[in-house]
Amino acid sequence: MAVQSSTRPEVAPGQRRGGSKPPMEPQRSRGVLGRLDIKYSPYLYIAPFFVVFGIFGLWPLIYTLRMSLYDWDLGSTVETAKFVGFDNFTMFLGDSDFWNSVVNTIAMFLMSTIPQLILALILANALNKRLRGRTLLRMGVLIPNITSVAAVSIVFTQLYNRDFGLINWVLGFVGVEPIDWTARSWSSWVAISSMVDWRWTGYNALIFLAAMQSIPRDIYESASIDGASGWRQFWTMTVPMLRPTIIFVTIISTIGGLQLYGEPLLFTGGGNPLLGGSDRQSQTVTMFLMEQFYMKFELGRAATVAWLLFILIMIFSIINFLFTRSLRSADGKAKQRKGVTR
Amino acid sequence: MTATAVRTGTTPTPAPKRRRRKGGGAAERLWQASPLTYITLLAAVGLSIFPLYYMFVIATRTNDAIGQTPPPVTPGGEIGGNVDRLLSNDSAAFMTGLVNSAIVATVVTVFVVFFSSLAGFAFAKLQFKGRNGMMLAILITMMVPTQLGIVPLYQMMYEWDLHNKLPSIILPFLVSGFGVFMMRQYASQAVPDELIEAARMDGCSTFRTYWNVVLPGLRPAIAVLGLFTFMEQWNSFLWPQIALGDPTNPTVQLSLQRLSQGYYNDYSQVFAGTLLSVVPLLVIFIIFGRQIIGGIMEGAVKA
Repeated sequence: MAVQSSTRPEVAPGQRRGGSKPPMEPQRSRGVLGRLDIKYSPYLYIAPFFVVFGIFGLWPLIYTLRMSLYDWDLGSTVETAKFVGFDNFTMFLGDSDFWNSVVNTIAMFLMSTIPQLILALILANALNKRLRGRTLLRMGVLIPNITSVAAVSIVFTQLYNRDFGLINWVLGFVGVEPIDWTARSWSSWVAISSMVDWRWTGYNALIFLAAMQSIPRDIYESASIDGASGWRQFWTMTVPMLRPTIIFVTIISTIGGLQLYGEPLLFTGGGNPLLGGSDRQSQTVTMFLMEQFYMKFELGRAATVAWLLFILIMIFSIINFLFTRSLRSADGKAKQRKGVTR
Repeated sequence: MTATAVRTGTTPTPAPKRRRRKGGGAAERLWQASPLTYITLLAAVGLSIFPLYYMFVIATRTNDAIGQTPPPVTPGGEIGGNVDRLLSNDSAAFMTGLVNSAIVATVVTVFVVFFSSLAGFAFAKLQFKGRNGMMLAILITMMVPTQLGIVPLYQMMYEWDLHNKLPSIILPFLVSGFGVFMMRQYASQAVPDELIEAARMDGCSTFRTYWNVVLPGLRPAIAVLGLFTFMEQWNSFLWPQIALGDPTNPTVQLSLQRLSQGYYNDYSQVFAGTLLSVVPLLVIFIIFGRQIIGGIMEGAVKA
């Protein structure tokens, strides 16, 4: 959201109507109290955000940076912790367990996001037709999104159970031997990605649907008269016109996908779920962070991993932004029209 | 997506029907839902609902249901016994978890709605120095992942003796950058300047203007923001896991985790737990589904 909207926050809402000023101006004549009220109360109204965010958001953020430069364990303070500079960073960059968690995270992110966005586009296109029971169908595809990560993971873990899971049972009909889904990297990636897909496809479909409904229908009309098939119109008109939304959804999915934590944690189970299995086959970066933090009590190193994760998210957001931006763009006119409706 | 869009809680109107004759055959056929469309959508809905249905089936059966071939597809009558075992299971503290989650989600929702609408009103309708800069700062805060701050946040809660207590998972979430943004956009569109002008003429203080004039006008946006905040808090997992290490005082999601990892063989009990944890949100969804969908489609849920 912020990604897109940050390009235009300087438009003050009140200025839309021919540049008229917001209705409450300080300089009108009122009583002293009234003037003070109008002049200073706005600061009072926005203060809660800045106070709470300052204490619980900004301060920890700055402190994380500081902690990442120290050998800081449970009970350390600024005085007792040993300053180690960038040692924590160089240590993790040479740590195969860290890189393993990066590979797992990226693999699951790609395996969940790509099918998810394609399915969401197809679903949105279907929902965009003239339908009976429209609201019920929309509610149906959105239901997974209201369930919690914990509930989803527990149910899917059971469905993926090696010995009596429904999925292996169904696969048995086509002659597939029972798969031990948690045992290997690729199989746990498949299982975890499917949980993510299940939870988010419908949600993304509704966002795409909203964007599709703002495309003027007469351009489809003329395309149809020119003889373009429905499929062709979808790829050469709908998808390019949805480009800003696709960029947006991709970036949001990137940020969410790289923070993956609850699903793999609950799917792994066993003795120490934070490790992602005996060979760390499904350990994500956030699980690795929690291993440093909650198992080893290396707070400084956990802070370092937090920063590395943030950098990873930034890198992938930029890559995805450049990639989705290079999708064939619609013509200028359509873009302009879109700008108005959004 | 952008906030200009946060307008109403209702779903946007579909294709205007009057195009029917004018456009002729080809274009018209494009919007006609074919049997294939319905098959696709019904399959998607089926896949969406199936895991929840399966949850329900197992929660209403005895434990041997899991190992049966073919697996059971209809509900049984064991729900009472499963719930009894669940609620008497001290290591899960499920009842405490439900109550804690309800308290946390309600308190956070009330504060987020209040603070967001108040700040949104200020940003949309009041004039003060640094307004645009401060709004930009709020937007920037929305891009920071939670993971970045959790380590010092934990230390802070520890030092203030708030860890293992509910305030540790309430305080950091009392405000929401997204909420402020959404309310500002909604207020600037839905509340006419003239109305505020009139209230001022009548001698209303700015707070009374907010309370008596602006707040009622924000009702649809408040409903959507409130619903999303409640769901987000009810489902939240990572931070409560860190902040509430004490097993006797969990949230419902932490109870579920403990159930699934501690009592791995009592599946019916675990599934009864997941079912109970989902039911409150399902009820909300069935009542407010239209608003929730409208909110997403209008881009309200970009948290």
